[in-house]
Amino acid sequence: MSKIIELKDVNKWFGDFQVLKDINLTVSSKEKIVICGPSGSGKSTLIRCINRLEEHQKGDIVVDGMTLDANTKNIEKIRSEVGMVFQQFNLFPHLSILDNCTLAPIWVKKKSKKEAEELANQYLEKVQIVDQAKKFPGQLSGGQQQRAAIARALCMEPNIMLFDEPTSALDPEMIKEVLDVMVDLAKGGMTMCVVTHEMGFAKEVADRVIFMDEGSIVEEKPTDQFFNNPENERTKLFLSQILN
Amino acid sequence: MKFINWSKQNLFANWKDSLLTITILYLFYVSMPPLLNWVFLDATFFGDSKKDCTGDGACWVFVNVWIKRFTYGMYPNDQIWRINLAFVIFFISIGSYFFVSSKIKKCIFIFLTVIFPFLAIFLFHGGSLGLEEVETRVWGGLFLTLFISVFSIIFCFPIGVLLAMGRRSNLPVIKYFSIGFIELWRGVPLITVLFMAAVMFPVFLPSGTNLDKLIRVIIAITLFESAYIAEVVRGGLQAIPRGQYDAANSIGMGYWKSHLLIILPQALKIVIPGVANTFIALFKDTPLILVVGLMELLGMVNMAKTNPAWLGLATEGYVFAAFVYFIFCFSMSRYSLGLENKLKTTN
Repeated sequence: MSKIIELKDVNKWFGDFQVLKDINLTVSSKEKIVICGPSGSGKSTLIRCINRLEEHQKGDIVVDGMTLDANTKNIEKIRSEVGMVFQQFNLFPHLSILDNCTLAPIWVKKKSKKEAEELANQYLEKVQIVDQAKKFPGQLSGGQQQRAAIARALCMEPNIMLFDEPTSALDPEMIKEVLDVMVDLAKGGMTMCVVTHEMGFAKEVADRVIFMDEGSIVEEKPTDQFFNNPENERTKLFLSQILN
Repeated sequence: MKFINWSKQNLFANWKDSLLTITILYLFYVSMPPLLNWVFLDATFFGDSKKDCTGDGACWVFVNVWIKRFTYGMYPNDQIWRINLAFVIFFISIGSYFFVSSKIKKCIFIFLTVIFPFLAIFLFHGGSLGLEEVETRVWGGLFLTLFISVFSIIFCFPIGVLLAMGRRSNLPVIKYFSIGFIELWRGVPLITVLFMAAVMFPVFLPSGTNLDKLIRVIIAITLFESAYIAEVVRGGLQAIPRGQYDAANSIGMGYWKSHLLIILPQALKIVIPGVANTFIALFKDTPLILVVGLMELLGMVNMAKTNPAWLGLATEGYVFAAFVYFIFCFSMSRYSLGLENKLKTTN
């Protein structure tokens, strides 16, 4: 399988504080990886670096053959190929769900309005909220909003999807509906990097699990081995806390 | 019966409420009859000169006789139709805006923002196509108030938005230029700005060129108010959560697209009350142009009250001016409220 994301010795600082330390990570096309770890371990920062919502100061990040640097054109191209879903949904509250989905295809990809709406309806159908298309984000439940946010990202027809704790802000009964959509997406062959604490999801879809602590990748293993045979003490402690 | 219950609950619930109610009723009793007498019952409405005012009340004859000057300034009487025509076109296009399909709405909007300003200036000023030229120094009255306010508002809003964005920019040159511009204009009184525009500005122009005083005044007011608008809008920009920028960026939008499509629509909605506030203040600041010799509504009233044949009628003039200002400011206030409600998307 071909490499689609490649991080080499990536370092990042917020002021004096080093959030990422010598990160090396390769993701193949259609691979699903789950990144977990205690809060403050740098996992969100790591995936935010992949579409350059955060800038790294040292090392190389190559996404889909394009190197991330200060070149603006490059960044916008990469961002339209990398979809992202946020913990707080970040839907645009002044636009209807449909407009949330069609905005970028129309303005960034220069699709016609009709084309964009067909595309949006197709993905809203996929996340099962096509009946809410005319409503505004404020009128939807958290689970519905997060599914709409996934549809919005998919409307750009990305090759890679990044998920930054997509279920952490949801009520327990809504987590499943969002995870179901994500499982569906995984089975459809999308390349996915997911930061989550949902270990059930990790077991079901992940090819590899990465455990981070204090800015470094502490353990990186295929899913079975990660859960059945963790080596690092910190991984063991984390797993024992989160699985009970 | 209903009224008695209601007043027991709301007006006379305890001795403090009762005392307050009675005091207020007494104040009304003392102040209202004389006021009504002065404004209506003892007032004289019709006539030709001050001598017709025989009652003890207000002499509205003053306003009645001078109304043309209050409205149009010293604009020549036989050319006044040009002003009226422009305003009729303006109000018809605005009025019809609410009754037509969205496609025609777009046309009307473009007409009002792009074509109408030039058409209006041509009608007012003339000088070609058979229209007699009317110099801006004879423009005045309510007409001038509206002219200056409308043009200043149209120009200061986009400049203010750009300044607000500039002040938050990462580029040092733009950032510090915006900060300097805003702080400079906010730091000086409008009167001094107007003096500068009228007296100092021509000194800097190359000799031979002459920019009309009215244009200079409008530029001055525009720049002055854009600094205030900038700070109001900046407040709105700061209220937009970081996540909105992240989301806009993550779907491939750059600085301008994310601002025009995502950030500004939300930020401007938040700052409607503040912007309306600034516009109303701008409208009420227009009388200050008196210091450079332009006379809008209040200036004309000031002039009329010193006319030897009409001495001693300042009160009537000022009450009338206040009434007109109130109508316009109150309309702006109501309009901004309506706009806020119309743009509400969350419940």
